[in-house]
Amino acid sequence: MTEQGRGKLKIFMGYAAGVGKTYKMLEEAQDVKASGVDIVIGYFEPHGRQDTIAKTEGLEIVPRRKIRYRDSLFEEMDTEAILARNPQVSVVDEFPHTNVPGSERTKRWEDVEVLLAAGIDVLTTMNIQHLESLNDQIWQISGIRVRETVPDWVVQQAYEVVMVDLTPRALLNRLQRGVVYERQKAERALQNFFREQTLVALRELALRQAAHEVEHRIVDGDTRLSPSDGAHASPRKHHKILVLLTSDPKTAMVIRRAKRVSDFLGAECFAVTVQTTGDLSGLAAPDREAIERHLNFARNLHIEIRILEGDDVASTLVDFGRRNQVTQLFLTRPRRKAWSLAFSSDPAQKVIDLAKDMLVVIVSDREPVKR
Amino acid sequence: MAAEIRRKTPEEYLRECQAEEEAVAAESKGHLKIFLGYASGVGKSFRMLDEARRRRERGQDVVVGAMQPQVPAEVEPLLRKLEVIPLKAVTTPDSEGTAIDVDALLRRRPSVCIIDGLAYDNPPGLRNATRWQDVKELIEAGIQVIASINVQYVAELREQVEAITGKHVTETVPLSFIQSADEIEIVDAPLEASMERSLNEDELVQIQKNQEQLSRLRELALVVTADIVDYQLNDYLERHGIKQSFGAFERILVCITPRANMQEMMEFAQIIAKRFHGELIVAYVKQANISPEDQSALDARLAIANAAGAHVEILEGDDPAETLLEFARFRGITQLFVGHSQRTGLARFKGSPLDKLIWEGRGIDVCVFPQ
Repeated sequence: MTEQGRGKLKIFMGYAAGVGKTYKMLEEAQDVKASGVDIVIGYFEPHGRQDTIAKTEGLEIVPRRKIRYRDSLFEEMDTEAILARNPQVSVVDEFPHTNVPGSERTKRWEDVEVLLAAGIDVLTTMNIQHLESLNDQIWQISGIRVRETVPDWVVQQAYEVVMVDLTPRALLNRLQRGVVYERQKAERALQNFFREQTLVALRELALRQAAHEVEHRIVDGDTRLSPSDGAHASPRKHHKILVLLTSDPKTAMVIRRAKRVSDFLGAECFAVTVQTTGDLSGLAAPDREAIERHLNFARNLHIEIRILEGDDVASTLVDFGRRNQVTQLFLTRPRRKAWSLAFSSDPAQKVIDLAKDMLVVIVSDREPVKR
Repeated sequence: MAAEIRRKTPEEYLRECQAEEEAVAAESKGHLKIFLGYASGVGKSFRMLDEARRRRERGQDVVVGAMQPQVPAEVEPLLRKLEVIPLKAVTTPDSEGTAIDVDALLRRRPSVCIIDGLAYDNPPGLRNATRWQDVKELIEAGIQVIASINVQYVAELREQVEAITGKHVTETVPLSFIQSADEIEIVDAPLEASMERSLNEDELVQIQKNQEQLSRLRELALVVTADIVDYQLNDYLERHGIKQSFGAFERILVCITPRANMQEMMEFAQIIAKRFHGELIVAYVKQANISPEDQSALDARLAIANAAGAHVEILEGDDPAETLLEFARFRGITQLFVGHSQRTGLARFKGSPLDKLIWEGRGIDVCVFPQ
C-alpha cells in the first residue's frame, strides 16, 4: 500500500438554499464514479427534493450513525465508518453543520478535516452566509445572525471553491413552485432570508468571495509573479495588523473584520489584550469570561494572541505595535460619544493620538436597517 | 453637489417604477438572460440547452437561433430535441460568413430563442453590424433571448484580457448591453472540469499550459458578474426607494484635507480597492474661508489624486464631517480614509470632526492615517 498524502477538499459555494449546490456536487460525484474512482456518499441531506435524490442513484451510501440526545435519536455522519471504508473520495453535504452533543467532534467541518487527514478527497457544500469573517456583513444584509460558521482558514485550505450560481429570480420561482421547501415553510422563507434584495446582496458577496478564492490560489500557487501582470509586479509592502481585545462584545466584530482585511492584504494578523497584572487574574468574572471568549475566538481563526502587561492600555498597545513593526491597529468604536471621550476610559482617542506612525482603524457596527 | 445627490422620495420612485413596469408590459418587451463563462468547455452550452429543455417541458415555445460550430458530446442529445433555425450564409464577392437569421426568427416568433455565442461580427452588408445588435432586435420584438458569452469578449475588458492572455480580441460586446440583461448567471467550473470537457487535444494542451491564465480569467468573470449584480442591486433599491447599505461591495472614500498624507493614503487605498475588487472615490469638502496656504496644500493633494487617476468629488456643506457622512451614506461607503485630526487639547472637548465620523458613520470603518 502506498502512503497517502492529505486529501483534497472541494467546496460548492452558494448563496442560499435551493441554488443547486448539492445537485451540482452529486453531478460531479457521478462523473467521478464514471471515471472509475472509488467514491461514496458520506452524508447527504435530501430535503425531499426529487431531482437531487435522483442524482444519488448508483452511488454507495455509508449509513449514518444514530446518536441519542435528551431522549431523541439524531443522525450524524459516521466518520469512523467512512474511514474504515476508506474510499478515494467522499461526498459530505452541509459543511457548516453542527453535530449533536455527544458526537466526537463539534462541527462537521472538523469531521471533514479527519477524512482529509486520512487521505480521502472530499466534495462538500456551503453557503456564503456561513463564512465566519462575513458574519457581521450577513447580519447587516439579512438581519439574521448566523450561528453555524466555518473559519476562513478552513475554506482557504480547500483545493477548489466553485461558485454555484442561479439568479435570484429563478430561485424565487423555484421557491414559489415548492421545489426548495414545502409550501408553508417557503412562504415564511420568502418573507425573511429570501427577499429579493437580500438574495441579490448575498449573491454578490458569494461571487466576490469566489473571485477572492481564485485569486488567493493563483498568488499562493505561484509566488514568482508572471511578467504579464503589471499590477503585481511591484514588491508588496508588508502589512501587519494588530487587534486590541477587550471585554466589549463588539470585539468579535473587530476580530472578524481585521482577519478579513489581513487575508485580503496577505498580511499577518495578531491580537492582544492589555492587563495590569499581565494575566486575567485581576478581572471580575464576567470580564474575564468575555476576554477568554475573545481570545479563544481569535485563536480558532488562527490569529496569534498575547496578553500584555501594562497600566495604560493605549500606550502599552502602541509600544508593542511599534516594537513589532505593526502597520495597522484595529479597535472597536468607543462606547460614548464625542466630548466625553477624553474623560472616558476608552483608549481609542489616546491610541489615535499616540500612534501617529500607524494606521488606526476604528471598526464600525454593521447593523441591519430596521424594517 | 448636495442638490444633485439628494435622493428621490420613495413615493417618487414608486410612481416611476409603476409607470416603468406598465410601459414595459405595454410594449411586451422581451427578456434577456446571459450565461457568462470564462473559457470554452466550462459548460455554458449545456446550461443554456438544459434550461431550454426545462422551459419546453413547462410548455414554452423554444427555438435555437445560434449554436457553436462544434458542440460538446453531452449537448447533442439536448440539441436534437429542439427546433433549430439555422444560421444563414452571407456571401459577397470578397467574403463568406454567417449570421443569425433575424428575419426567419421574427417570422417564426418563438417565445424563447437560444443564442450560443453573442460576440460575433456580422458579415458586411447586413442591417446590423454585430450579432448582439441582432439580439437586441429580437428582444425589442418581444422574444425572450437566452444567450452566452465568455468574459474575454466584453469590450471594456479587452485590455485586462489582453494583459492576461496576450491575445487581442476584435469581436466584442459592450458592457452596457450585458448590464442591460434582465438576468445574468455565471457558469463557474474549475479547471479540471474544463479540461475533461474540452473538445480536442490541442485545446487540452493549451488549457494545461495556461492554467494560471484561466484562473485569472475565471476571477475576472466572477468579479464582472459581481459588479453587474451590484449595479442591478442598486438599481433595484433605487427603483423601490429602499435606503439601505448592504456593504457587499467595498467602497473606499479618501478624504482630502490640507494636511493629509495623500501619497500614502492613495497608495494604500489603491491596494485595498484592488484586493477587495472595490471602488475608490476621493472627495473633499469645499470650505469658504480657507487660507492661501491651505488652498495651495489642497491643490497639491488634488494633483496627487488626479495623477493617481482617481475621480475627485467636490462637496459643499457647512459642516465638513456631516457633508462627508451624507455623501458616504449615499454612495454606500464601507471604509473612510482620513488624516489625523489637527485639533488637540481643548478643541477636542467640543468634539472634533473625527469624533463625529467615528461615532455617526454606521457601517463605515474609519481609517485614521498618520500625517
